[in-house]
Amino acid sequence: MSAPANEAVFQDKIDQDIRIEPKDWMPEAYRKTLIRQISQHAHSEIVGMLPEANWITRAPSLKRKATLIAKVQDEAGHGLYLYAAAETLDISRDEMIGQLHSGKAKYSSIFNYPTLTWADMGAIGWLVDGAAIMNQVPLCRASYGPYARAMVRICKEESFHQRQGFEILLVLSRGSEAQRRMCQDAIDRWWWPSVMMFGPNDDASPNTAQSMRWKIKRFTNDELRQRFVDVSAEQIKLLGMTLPDPALVWNETRQHYDHGPIDWEEFRNVLNGNGPCNKERMAARVQAHADGAWVREAALEHSRKNAARQSVQLEGVA
Amino acid sequence: MTANNTISNVISGDKGSWPLWEIFIRSRQGLDHKHVGSLHAADAAMAIENARDVYTRRMEGISIWVVESKFIHASNPDDAASFYDPANDKVYRHPTFYDLPDELKHM
Repeated sequence: MSAPANEAVFQDKIDQDIRIEPKDWMPEAYRKTLIRQISQHAHSEIVGMLPEANWITRAPSLKRKATLIAKVQDEAGHGLYLYAAAETLDISRDEMIGQLHSGKAKYSSIFNYPTLTWADMGAIGWLVDGAAIMNQVPLCRASYGPYARAMVRICKEESFHQRQGFEILLVLSRGSEAQRRMCQDAIDRWWWPSVMMFGPNDDASPNTAQSMRWKIKRFTNDELRQRFVDVSAEQIKLLGMTLPDPALVWNETRQHYDHGPIDWEEFRNVLNGNGPCNKERMAARVQAHADGAWVREAALEHSRKNAARQSVQLEGVA
Repeated sequence: MTANNTISNVISGDKGSWPLWEIFIRSRQGLDHKHVGSLHAADAAMAIENARDVYTRRMEGISIWVVESKFIHASNPDDAASFYDPANDKVYRHPTFYDLPDELKHM
């Protein structure tokens, strides 16, 4: 089939909501867009383990510690589902890891902020995972089959992450004056970075239109951000806390909350490597990969030796 | 970091990667094993253990199959039209093809 004919068949499938599978013909740009989006998503899950791992040893109770370990382990799993989905597009795991470590591939800017107090574990669960879920639920219907299937699995697991985060904040909000202050402080620091997680405004997001035509994205950045603001503005009332935005007010005409301007200068800075923890996060990743190299080699060597031993035994039998 | 494990090796990735495995899980007794995804592992035993950690953290399975991906052979989607053509004109294979009186019961 000629390229234009292929392209027509492809777009027709997309329009009919028929999923694209790995061996199907797809435009090169579709493949590249997916690799970029899925691998960046995978990197975010893996780097996202670091700020939370920071609190595993200092969690205030055994219950909280067990929960946090389970959550961080989930993030590792999510990274793996996504790397595996990206690998179906003909890019190797090693190449993706290489792109992360060299700085060629980005990950969510949110993970370049420090986790200063225990309340940050609550704020991350509620706001960061909340924003992630808002983004991820529509991706369960993404046009690329392996990506959509990975997202279904992730969304099922992510719900516990958000609920345990809100519960941490709820307990603090009903605690001592110092605990209430810690709770508010964490919300103050995580709110705006979470709002930024949805990416640039629609008029500054050139790839959105194409991604929506391909049904990789189902909603624009601003639509999802608005949904997140609306939901959070209500949820915070249960905590008896406030969101750090004096312009946040219900708009009766729009039937949505209005919010104040977003500091895109900060967003770009953090994305370009100048956030509070960019260097620390990347150093930790590269170090972990380097420290694990001998384990990966040894395991491979062990399996080679085992295979050789088995074939010798088989020859002996013959 | 040893001499032959330089930073450029770390950044570009490893030379010898673990092979890819496809994972199939039986969620409960009486059901088929179903493909759930894939992962890298050095050998079959490690693939099964990794599959347990990755795909059954919430009791999603009671039995795991792993198959090294290179052993999976697949039909070609480009040939789908001709490949499945033999079944395309045989509506008589379906029970609804046969027009029978409504009074006929238990069939």
